[in-house]
Parts: sequence; C-alpha cells; structure tokens
Amino acid sequence: MKVCRRSFLSLVIGGAAGTTLSPLPWKLMDDSSIWTQMWPWTPVPEDGEVSYVNTVCSLCPGGCGLTVRKINERAIKIEGMKAYPVNDGGVCLLGLSGLQLLYGPTRVKTPLKRVGARGEGRWEKISWEDAISEVVKKLADLRAKGLSHTVGCISDSDRGTVAHLLGRFLTVYGSPNFIRTPSMQDSYEQTMHLMHGVQASAGFDVENADFILSFGSGLIDGWGSPVRMFKVNSALKGKGKLVQVEPRLSNTAAKSDKWIPIKPGTEAALALGLAHVIIKESLYNRDFVNNYSFGFNDWTDDRGRSHKGFKKLVLDEYGPDDVAEITGISDSTIIALARSFARASKPLAVCGRGQGNTPGGLSEFMAVHALNALVGNINKKGGVWAVPDPDYIRWPEVEMDINAAKGMQANRIDGAGGKTYPDSRYLLNRFPEAVNSGKEYPMKALFVVGANPVYTIPDSKAVKEAFDKIPFVVSFSSYMDETAANADLILPNHVFLERYEDVPMPAGLQKPIVGFSKPVVKPQFNTRHVGDVIIQIAKSFGGVIADAFPWDNYEACLQKTLGNKWNALNKEGFWLDSNFMAKGWKRAFSTPSGKFEFFSRAFAAKNENLFQQFRPVEPEGDEGRFPLILIPYDYMRLASGCIGDPPFAIKTVEDTVLKGDDILVEVNPKSGRGFREGDQAILSTPKGAVKVRVHLFDGIMPGLVAMPRGLGHTAYDEYLADKGINFNELIGPVEDPASGLDAAWGIRAKLTRA
Amino acid sequence: MSTLDEKAKEASTEAVDEVETVLPPKEKKQDNGPWGYIILFFIIGFAASLVIGWGIFPKLLYSQKKQPIDFNHVIHVEAVEEGCESCHFFREDGSFSGVPKLVQCVDCHEEVMGEDPNEVKFVEEYVAKGQEVPWLVYSKQPDCVFFSHIAHVKMGKIECDTCHGHIGESTHSRVYEENRFTGYSRDIWGKNIAGLKKNTWDRMKMDDCAECHAENKAVPKTVERLPWPISWMPRPYEKPTSSQVRTQIDKDACFVCHK
Repeated sequence: MKVCRRSFLSLVIGGAAGTTLSPLPWKLMDDSSIWTQMWPWTPVPEDGEVSYVNTVCSLCPGGCGLTVRKINERAIKIEGMKAYPVNDGGVCLLGLSGLQLLYGPTRVKTPLKRVGARGEGRWEKISWEDAISEVVKKLADLRAKGLSHTVGCISDSDRGTVAHLLGRFLTVYGSPNFIRTPSMQDSYEQTMHLMHGVQASAGFDVENADFILSFGSGLIDGWGSPVRMFKVNSALKGKGKLVQVEPRLSNTAAKSDKWIPIKPGTEAALALGLAHVIIKESLYNRDFVNNYSFGFNDWTDDRGRSHKGFKKLVLDEYGPDDVAEITGISDSTIIALARSFARASKPLAVCGRGQGNTPGGLSEFMAVHALNALVGNINKKGGVWAVPDPDYIRWPEVEMDINAAKGMQANRIDGAGGKTYPDSRYLLNRFPEAVNSGKEYPMKALFVVGANPVYTIPDSKAVKEAFDKIPFVVSFSSYMDETAANADLILPNHVFLERYEDVPMPAGLQKPIVGFSKPVVKPQFNTRHVGDVIIQIAKSFGGVIADAFPWDNYEACLQKTLGNKWNALNKEGFWLDSNFMAKGWKRAFSTPSGKFEFFSRAFAAKNENLFQQFRPVEPEGDEGRFPLILIPYDYMRLASGCIGDPPFAIKTVEDTVLKGDDILVEVNPKSGRGFREGDQAILSTPKGAVKVRVHLFDGIMPGLVAMPRGLGHTAYDEYLADKGINFNELIGPVEDPASGLDAAWGIRAKLTRA
Repeated sequence: MSTLDEKAKEASTEAVDEVETVLPPKEKKQDNGPWGYIILFFIIGFAASLVIGWGIFPKLLYSQKKQPIDFNHVIHVEAVEEGCESCHFFREDGSFSGVPKLVQCVDCHEEVMGEDPNEVKFVEEYVAKGQEVPWLVYSKQPDCVFFSHIAHVKMGKIECDTCHGHIGESTHSRVYEENRFTGYSRDIWGKNIAGLKKNTWDRMKMDDCAECHAENKAVPKTVERLPWPISWMPRPYEKPTSSQVRTQIDKDACFVCHK
C-alpha cells in the first residue's frame, strides 16, 4: 500500500466533505453567535420580581423624592418620586447615577486605619469595635487633659437628627466646634436674621412668580433644588420672564428671556441702582414700605445719632449713571429693568452664584433682598418666604459636667459668633487659616461627616496643610473622597440608599418639609450608620455623655424623635406641615423695630457703610501681574459639592469643558488673542499655576477666564480622578467684612502659553 | 444518532466494495493504482468526519450536570390545586415568576417531610440556611432574547407543555446538559443534533417561534410591518424603498424579541 500526497489530500477533502454534511460546522456557527453575546463583560439585567421603594435623595441640598426600581434584591433604576412636593417625578443626572455610588468601585467597604503617611493610600482593615475604641481612647485622652474644645466636627448640614446627634455629642463632650460647610444658605440665613429678625431659611415661591430676576443664580445649573428649578423654568415660559444677570452666558442665561452681562462682583450695586429707579419713580409698594419697614427713611438711633435712610442713600449714591459705570450695564437697561421688575405682578429677585455652593458677600444678599422688600413680595405668593426649620427634634436638654462646660466656653476656632462676627454661625472658610496660624488653639482631632472639605474649601493647599496639622482626623465618608484619603481613620457610613435618615428642608423651598430616606437595599458592605457610631461612641464614654444618648441605636432614636410622624413618613416618604402659612406682615418680623429692617439697627452701628459707598469685594491679586480675572462656573453635569460625578455623569461632560483629562477654560476671543481653540496654556493666579486648554467663547465677557467647578478630583475612582483641575486650588477665601463668610467670586489671573 | 452513524458506516463499506468490483484489469493496475487509494482515503476522511460530526462532537459539546436537588413534579402537581400555575405563577404586574423561590417552598417544607434523602438535603442545606437553590433551568433562553410568558400563555392561550413538554409528569429531574461553548442548556437547540424535532417542545430556537407564529398568524404589530418573512434572515432586497416604512422598521422591529 502506497500512501502518497494525493491520498492525503483526498483524506482531507473527504473529511471536509463529510464535515459539511455533519451538524458540526452549522451548530458551531450558531453557538459562536450566541457565545459572542455571552461575554462576561456584557451587562445582563437581572431577572426577577420587580418592586419599588420610595426614599429621599441626600446627594445635594435639593432633597428630591426618589422611587427606586428593584429586581429581587438589586436596585436597578432611580426615578423621581411622583407627586413629591419638591421634584414631582423628576430626577437629575446626579440622582439618576446614584446607583453607581451604591455599587461602584469608590466605596469604602470596611473601617480602615491609615498605615502609611497621610494621603499615601495605605490602609489596614480593622474591626468596628477596634475602630470605635480607638476614637474613644483618643477623645477620652484629650478630655482628661482639658482639651475637649480642640475636637471639631465638619458636617454638610446642621439639620436633621444625624447633625443634631453630632452637635449633641460635641456639646456634652465639651467642644463648641461644630462647623457646617459653607453655602449661600449662610448668607440667606444671615439676611433673614438681620432684616426679618428671625432664624429661618429663605424659601422662594418660584412657581408663582411671574418675573424672576436672578443675580447670577444658576437656576437651571443646579441652584436650589435643581429638579424643581428645571420644572419652574419650563413652566415660566409664556407666562413669565426670567432675566439673568451674570458675566457669562451660562445655560440659565442662554435659556432666559434676557441676559444682562455684568462686571462680576458688582451685583449689589446693580440691585441698589434698580432700587434707585424704583424709589425715584415711586414704583415701590407703599403699604409695605410705609407700614412694615424700618430704615427706609432717615432714622435716629438710641444714642441720638442720625442715620441716612435707605431711600436717601440709594437716591444719593446709586443713580443709573453711577451704577452704569460700576457694573458696565447701560443706564437705559438699568432703568428699563427696574421698571419691568417693579411693574410685574409677582416679581422675585434671587441671588447666590451658580449652584449656590459659596456664600458670597452679605451686602449683595441684603441689597437683592431689599429689592424684594421694595416691591412688597415678602411672605407673599410668588415671593420670598422666611421658613423656620421644622421643629420636630425635641430632645431633653443635655446635662453637662464641668469638663463639658469648660470646653464649651472656649471660643470657636472659626470665630463665628465671636466679637468680630457675632451674627455668623459657621465660618469654615476661616478654619484653615485658624489652624495653620495656631492663633486660637491647636486642633487635636476632627470628625468629617457628609462633607469633603479637602476638595470643596478654597485654597486647597492651605486646607491640606491644616489637615496635616491636625493629628487625628476621622472621616465618616462612604466613598474614598479627598478628605477620607487624608484621614487617619475611616468609619464608613451607609450610602443614602442603605440608610434611614430624615432629610429636612430642601434648599429654597417655601414649605417646611421633612423628607424620609429609608433603606432601598441592605448594606452591601461592612459599613455602619454614622448615627449608630456616634451613639456607640457616646455610650462607651459612660457617665453624662452616655446619659445624653438614651437610645439603643439610630433607628430607635429616629423613630422616637419623629413620634407620630414616623408612620406617615414611612408611607408617604415625606411630612409636610400643611398648616404652614408664611406669617403676615404684622407678625412676620422679630427685629428690634418689629418691622422689616432695610438697616439692622444693631448691625448698622458697626457696618454703617454696608450700602453707603459701594465697594466691591476685590478679587485677590495684583492687576499688573495678573491682567485677567478668573471666575468659576457651575453646570448641571458636574457635581461640585462633596459628592463627585459618578461615571454616568462625567461621561456627559462635553469636550468644550473636559477633553480627555484636560480642562478647558473659557476665554473671550478678544482677551485670548494669540490662542487658538484647544491650545494649551498656563493659567496662574496668586494661589498657583495649572495647565489648561483654551476654549474661545463669545459668551464670556472680555477680561475674564471661566473655569468649571467639580473637576480635578484626586480621589474617587478612575473615572473621575485626575480629570481637569479643582478650581479651589486657584482661589483663596476673601472674608466678607460684615459676615466673615467667604465673599470671593473670582481671583486675578494670567494666561500664558504653555 | 446511532442509526445515522450506522448508515454512514454501511455506506462507506458499500463504497469500498464498489471500488473493488470495478477494479480495472491487472495490466492497467500500475497506472490506475493510486486512484484506488485516493478514493479510499477520500472515503475514510468522509466517513471519519461524519462519525466525528454526528457522534463524537455532540458528546464533547455538552457537559452533563445534575440538579442540586432531585425534584419530583408528580408529587407536587398532585398536592396543589391550580396545576403549573400554583408554583410557576404570574406576578401582579404580569411578569412570570419562573422557577419558584425558596420563600414559596418554605410554606410546606419548613420541616423535613418524609424520608427522601433529597428532602433532607433540601431542608438542611437550603431552607435552614435561607439559601436559594441554584436550579439549572432547562429552558433558559440566551440573554439577548426577550420572551413574554403572559403574551403567550394568557393572551395566546398556549398550554405550558406546548413549549415545556410533559415536565409536570416527571418523577425525577433529568440530567442538565450544558453547552460548553455558550453555557446554555441543550434544550434550546434540541436533543437532536441535526435540529430535527418531533414535538413542539423539542427545540426552542427562533425558527420554532416563527413556525408557531406563522401557523397561528400570531404576528406582533411591529413584525407585521416587516417587509420580509420572519422565518429566517433579513432579506434586504425585499425591503421597500419608502423611507417612511424603513424608519418604522429600523426603530423597533428586531427589538420586539431581541434585546
């Protein structure tokens, strides 16, 4: 038998022929097409029973109601809760992406203790018992040495049971240093305090206003409660007007009925200029001004000194010509704007730049609020309401021992409520300076809850330095954010979809509401509710500290606190004080005069010239060296608060804002001569220099450079970290002379070729 | 399969015989000799590949797996009142529950009933620990397929056994054959490797859907608009030129059934 090449070929051909007549190739072809759809990285939706859980979002101060779609035990989709009084079925990009904060890679999964240097990222997993006993040991040690006042706590809120537990713990432990992160809420609260004489938030009845005059507020860029504002903006079309005053064509400006570009930082002057026209042309509400206000006309104080009234002051100092020169807006525009504002049936003036994450100057807030007073839309339909916090947390007074009493007598580290700034409650912007200079006393320990100050507070370098000076930093963050990364101990909280919490008062709402956040899914990792941890820490101390916390755990505390509201909250998802009505003008004001005060008596003695001669808050830096001015901007697709953009959200950022890892700054073609679109440049300010790309944009006033907030994270996950620049690296705080709050709106800058 | 294989073998021996009978006279043997071998090898190759394709390949393609618990449908069907739907029910929203979860079993099986070792194993390993039984689902379609039970069972009035066979009459769980390549059950393609079927429940490929749909003229609206028969591949040459029709088709036609 001779096997030749032909035989072999024949075998192969026979094999091939046979194979085609067998099912092998056809079956494999079919299988391979199925196989290509079965790759492990192809997301496959879970199959099973569908259920919905209602909860409330606490990712921003907006406080929207959420309905989470679940399949079996997995949360699948976040939707807006229908008929919720804030967002009625709507949801924003950040809320929508909330599942990535629950299941994403950025979570801290178990208590961690630092083993390397600060910020090095080397951690050791420890048990909850060890973590809590470490905190207790440290705090007990400080208290024994009489240093209880050197323990501080930074929190994103001072409302609700969690914040109250923190405050209560600090009080009974003996520290006055509970600090809320800054926002426009600070300035509005102080405005309400000085002009209305009440402790309240400003609520805006935007749904019923027919002329909204916004002084740089990003009404559809995340200001207030973002979803609500989107709905209001849509509803306003056709039945009302929105006039946007700001130096940059933001999305809000682009969608407004009229955009008035203004020299940044001169908004207060414009408000006073509008007041001038309204008063001069007698367009103001006589009933309100004559009967329910104080300080409109000239007045004499208790010591017999006479003071110029608001009327005389604005008539003397803020004529359209003067204001035109200050603001860069033509006098005819000012006059026309004042007339249309005053003649509208329900005009409303609002302020708080961008998303309102920075406080801004007090004179600006008071001047804008004075406009509302002039047209008499205080506590009226379509106007500004003073909304007191819902009064449901009624815990027994704490009993303090001598250590606590001694600690509580110490001055606050940030100087709030002290001699210089008696009307301010929290001044976190002054905290880094105070710690770094060591003028008051050195801080020995710091708790950070629901906040990310290392990222969000201006002058990142100084903030970082201050953190380095504090020997014991405990973060309660659920995510590995910048503050957690620079902490010594991380005691991870459940994320908002895993925990019970009351979420009172959505930002800017005119009705007192308590939202109810409840667990949608079981805790995914070895995390604990911050409320539980505080109660456990307190109990470990024993004595009066433990006595101040009579609850077994946070859930019991919350249930007891809410009392008969618990059931309604569990069912409806919120509790609304349906009887609430803004107080009528007769009873609304608790100022010394019992009226709305254009000038606060007590305040005027010290700040006579608050409106006297307009002096804008000057941006830091020398004009010669830094010819341009850098301003920040906010927009919906970038979360600029303590929570960073989840992957879904960051993907939506267009390439005129972020290209690859490079941030783009907006420059008017007139100021950006020599630069082409996308060119690399060095942007320097007195605080630092960074590499950016240039986006030539006609919508920004010449002389300015605008940079988005919310980028330049160094922590979180690979989807967010190292993309762009954090604006806070380039700016420092500028103390408002009246309130001490951060009034900075920009900083001098220079753009040079890279 | 075996019958086919035997036929193939028979065919090959016949062919060999034939070759031998038509052998040319001896003197020409030297010229034509290689042809004999060539044909022989062709036939060997042919036969071997048929054996591999029809016999060995199916055995290699599927792995054999046992269900975690041997389940007796007969006992359960006798114990319940509403037949299949007692355990495989429709939820309020119309979705189909499929294989029961532990929570349904626990109603009766909180304690061990009877002496069956499977029952003991079930209660001890799953009920007591609150752990779901990882049942292997014979009829699980690939992830890309969207199938609505309610449209077929409630609206189409199709009986369960039309697609699932007489599984309700089984006293033991049969072996689950998993396609090593795709990870899916053999029941989708069907037991017959050639794809032939005798009963409606023998296969669950797209052609089988199409067959029944064509027979019953059960055509979803979107599919009705398709310019080509659903039986197999899209036929672009049959597409209408009207852009309007095309837009309608492009929009959702395939995604009625395919995710």
